[in-house]
Amino acid sequence: MARYAREVAVIAFAQSDHLRRTDELSEVEMVMPVLHRVLAATGLKAGEIGFTCSGSSDYLAGRAFSFTMTLDGVGAWPPISESHVEMDGAWALYEAWVKIQTGEADTALVYSYGKSSPGSVRDVLTRQLDPYYVAPLWPDSVALAALQAQALIDAGETDEAGLAAIGARSRASAGANPHAQLSGAVAQGEYQVAPLRTGDCPPIGDGAAAVILAAGDVARRLCERPAWITGIDHRIEAHSLGLRDLTDSPSTRIAAEHAGVFEAPVDTAELHAPFSSQEVVLRKALGLGGDVAVNPSGGALAANPMMAAGLIRIGEAAARIHRGESDRAVAHATSGPCLQQNLVAVLEGDRA
Amino acid sequence: MSTTGKEPVAIVGIGQTKHVAARHDVSIAGLVREAAARALADAELTWADIDAVVIGKAPDFFEGVMMPELYLADALGAVGKPMLRVHTAGSVGGSTALVASNLVAARVHRTVLTLAFEKQSESNAMWGLSLPVPFQQPLLAGAGGFFAPHVRAYMRRTGAPDTVGSLVAYKDRRNALKNPYAHLHEHDITLEKVQASPMLWDPIRYSETCPSSDGACAMILTDRAGAARSPKPPAWVHGGAMRSEPTLFAGKDFVSPQAGKDCAADVYRQAGITDPRREIDAVEMYVPFSWYEPMWLENLGFADEGEGWKLTEAGVTELDGDLPVNPSGGVLSTNPIGASGMIRFAEAALQVRGQAGEHQVPDARRAMGHAYGGGAQFFAMWLVGAEQPGS
Repeated sequence: MARYAREVAVIAFAQSDHLRRTDELSEVEMVMPVLHRVLAATGLKAGEIGFTCSGSSDYLAGRAFSFTMTLDGVGAWPPISESHVEMDGAWALYEAWVKIQTGEADTALVYSYGKSSPGSVRDVLTRQLDPYYVAPLWPDSVALAALQAQALIDAGETDEAGLAAIGARSRASAGANPHAQLSGAVAQGEYQVAPLRTGDCPPIGDGAAAVILAAGDVARRLCERPAWITGIDHRIEAHSLGLRDLTDSPSTRIAAEHAGVFEAPVDTAELHAPFSSQEVVLRKALGLGGDVAVNPSGGALAANPMMAAGLIRIGEAAARIHRGESDRAVAHATSGPCLQQNLVAVLEGDRA
Repeated sequence: MSTTGKEPVAIVGIGQTKHVAARHDVSIAGLVREAAARALADAELTWADIDAVVIGKAPDFFEGVMMPELYLADALGAVGKPMLRVHTAGSVGGSTALVASNLVAARVHRTVLTLAFEKQSESNAMWGLSLPVPFQQPLLAGAGGFFAPHVRAYMRRTGAPDTVGSLVAYKDRRNALKNPYAHLHEHDITLEKVQASPMLWDPIRYSETCPSSDGACAMILTDRAGAARSPKPPAWVHGGAMRSEPTLFAGKDFVSPQAGKDCAADVYRQAGITDPRREIDAVEMYVPFSWYEPMWLENLGFADEGEGWKLTEAGVTELDGDLPVNPSGGVLSTNPIGASGMIRFAEAALQVRGQAGEHQVPDARRAMGHAYGGGAQFFAMWLVGAEQPGS
């Protein structure tokens, strides 16, 4: 029996080239080519889309209501049915998927973007911590990830060589990804915050992504091999790092159970693991064996545009299904310090 | 699983905080938990009954916390559950409730807690809205400076006398006296005092503007089975919609935006409403500046174009009029920005549940909640009724 009322698929995916700086581009200018490309891939026009949803962050943009400008880029005239999450675009996709499940829309445009270059993203991310007891100490995102990495090493789950191998594999895979920011043989580098070296950390960069969803026969009509979302779920954990076992990700596991990850083998996993150590945690939570292609796109270690990197994981997994390179893939997105919040989706292509 | 139509959605619990200028006695987490706990108590449910949390607020700069839902997960009992954070400018409280409602309607979750808040005393909203952006005209006049020219355009277009705005403010502030949660309780309010208040952004006077509030509002939404167990009468969602249009372009009508008209039309279509003026018993409308009452009366189809101010002037929108608007006192009396839209939605639900206390509209069977945001470009509305839809 079907898990949900309607069959919904990712039918198109587009992303920008992810770059260390895009000083010459406004957010609108960064997003618009991506929107045009994803629409062109389906032949749909903005006015034919049933629902539009985006994800972004005012704190990265440095101004309130920053998403209102990118909406202008969508071309919302005549007026459109539209919403926005102040989260990674993966959650915008989730809201759009729910909207299609209600039957009120048959298609959805989902996009997200972030420019980290104008400020210091390590400092900016400290502002998402408990504002009274933790944020005033300015613990930065790399330092928090290093706590998690050290906990994993102490627990015997990995070692520094194992982490280095994850970084090297990711950037080698990214050699086949023309949009990646870092690819090929990248030096492991100096310690950023021990035990994490430069090669264990994501590049800081700017980028955007967009996806089109469609239901049932609309998906079949517009896409040769739709990537059906056969399960999707997301869960959050306690905020305080002291309340969590940093070597595990129960929220990923619960989301995966609800999304049906464990009901059949997957051949591909696109994991939003900005730090090499987080891939270790996610592999365990998702029960991924050595036969699964993990982050064939290069993952977040090759390009990590804030607010878009999670949506890109879903898009990359779907694109592999579109190309016939995968039959059943798991895509994952994360938010918050040390994998606090996690979304898991299962994407499947029709078998020949 | 049924594929025929949506699951009906019921509102079975509503909670809000007493809205005030500054809640120095609680943290942000304490504030939201207070509203959520009251909604759970109203529904006679516990945290364990909640399947998912959908939270909304206006810009993060208003408190200076980036993506505060991460920090609030513990306080809202969301650990181990799905949590979504919606942000659609001033309409966000309404949009947040609609996203939560869709989760139930789509049969993805059975019982959802939705909450919206703003703790404006943590920071400074005017500053939060006035960060300089390169290559854009600085808008250092606040929201009133943006909206005043559109009010003036409305007056010129319709010939409305300049007394109409003060009538709305006088009405809403008197209604607020009947609402124990309202921020402004001006016991000595008179029409003369409103009219004598200082001019801030001509033609908008000080007493015709909303306050800055700390506050939170929460609702429990559930499916038919959940509604059947509800100890109090539920309110049912008969229609809900969002519409957006661009901020600035030559064809935009700031006095009566097309997105608002389209959104209302969609809600009426879903709810089977053909004559909103007669078929709707109470309206909770997003009126941050008093003149937006007559403007939205037209935009939402309660009055013909150019006629909205006549309803206000004739007393139709008074608590004892035949179309009460903002019986709670509205945004003019209570404005925790991110929560203001959800308060409109929740107050509409209170009316049809018969739970609105002293500001109850007698025999309210269908009520509308309305929110807007950005440069009058984002709209979120729902219509709730005392009867289950289709029954």
